[in-house]
Amino acid sequence: MNFTLFVAAVLTGVGFVAIVTLLARLLAPRSFNAQKEEPYECGVPTRGGSWMQFRVGYYLFAILFLMFDVETMFLFPWAVVMRTMGPAGLTAVLFFLAILVLGLAYAWRKGALRWR
Amino acid sequence: MFDFTIITNWLHTLLVGVLPEWAAVLTESVLVAVVIISLAAIFAMVLIYMERKVCAFFQCRLGPNRVGKWGLLQLFADVFKMLQKEIIKMRQTDRFLHDLAPFFVITASMITIACLPWNKGAQILDFNIGVFFFLAVSSVSVVGILLAGWGSNSKYPLIGAMRSGAQIISYEISIGITMLTVICLTGTMQISEIVEQQYTEGWNIFRGHLPMVVAFLIYMIAGNAECNRGPFDLPESESELTAGYHTEYSGMHFGYFYLAEYMNLFISAGLATTVFLGGWAPLHIAGLDGFNHAMDYIPGVVWFVGKALFVVFLFMWERWTLPRLRIDHILTLEWKYLMPISLVNLVVMALVVAFGIHF
Repeated sequence: MNFTLFVAAVLTGVGFVAIVTLLARLLAPRSFNAQKEEPYECGVPTRGGSWMQFRVGYYLFAILFLMFDVETMFLFPWAVVMRTMGPAGLTAVLFFLAILVLGLAYAWRKGALRWR
Repeated sequence: MFDFTIITNWLHTLLVGVLPEWAAVLTESVLVAVVIISLAAIFAMVLIYMERKVCAFFQCRLGPNRVGKWGLLQLFADVFKMLQKEIIKMRQTDRFLHDLAPFFVITASMITIACLPWNKGAQILDFNIGVFFFLAVSSVSVVGILLAGWGSNSKYPLIGAMRSGAQIISYEISIGITMLTVICLTGTMQISEIVEQQYTEGWNIFRGHLPMVVAFLIYMIAGNAECNRGPFDLPESESELTAGYHTEYSGMHFGYFYLAEYMNLFISAGLATTVFLGGWAPLHIAGLDGFNHAMDYIPGVVWFVGKALFVVFLFMWERWTLPRLRIDHILTLEWKYLMPISLVNLVVMALVVAFGIHF
């Protein structure tokens, strides 16, 4: 039943956007004008394309994010069974966390967290 | 407490009685869709009105007060205005990606709003991996934002989307770790069970004392950043980027992003309520039986919505008090302060649970 409802929720979102867009298209007026279709840049004509190389800083953070997000993903099952795992589980996870913190420290030291 | 499953079970048996199995399930799915859309619409509107009023009072203004009594009809006027506006087709955009972006943003919000526990038994999606599922789905909206920025093929949206992407994914780690902190204490990821537990044993923020309070504070900061709000609203900082990633969206297309923003605000407040402040569980004080019985008479949905709106107010307070940060400050705050603090907090919580020093 849960998965049926999940599909229902997904379809709700998709259907809502589709139907309301259709409604707006029906209700809204339409006019055509060459200036209207230009990109909005404060009335100044655009220079060059926008699909271009972008600052690398953002990608560095994305890569770091990947590492730590996967880490939290691995920690979720441990958090659930923490009480039954006992001290052995706790030490294992502390080791795991220590290695990750070392990774963060390495990135920090290397200057990956500095915005240049 | 009133158990809402009585109503859903009654409805289910009624439908199965008169309809074949598939038709009953279909009817229920349609009902669920209607409920989700109404919840989304109602709370987005309440929150938009609340935001405008709260921000006005913070700035010693009156806020909307012309349309209807206290400006109550302003929102309906805004919705109809937005529906009537033309959806402009830009020449330079990647039309497919541009039109696809609102689907991602809205669908993610619609699924996550279905995960909130409104009352005992009144929860649409209740997986056994509840919190994890919630985090997974809520991060889909960042795909929509990046698509919106990239598909617009214009510079402001691209900068806005990149900032938003960097910021949302960074703060997601803090949110994930605070949720881990909570799950350490509760020992389950199922949202309904988390709330049941808080009903019998007290709210998590009291049960988990110090580490839980720290987790709550981190969540309040990271939650604001997740919604692109408050001091972290530079993805759409109007003074430099016009409107950020939705600059090139017009009419109802812009409306989706606006709607999703306020839905996400309510949803993050709802998650904070669920995991820290007891969801629909009433306030119980050990030893005061009369008080506890009196509190039990207030319906769970009132508790949930009341607490969620209170958390929303805290979010708004944060937003309208602090000035906007710079992107490097935002990333520094997350990676050099919040994340190490929340990791230490997680370890503290694990030790607290291991030695049993919680309530």
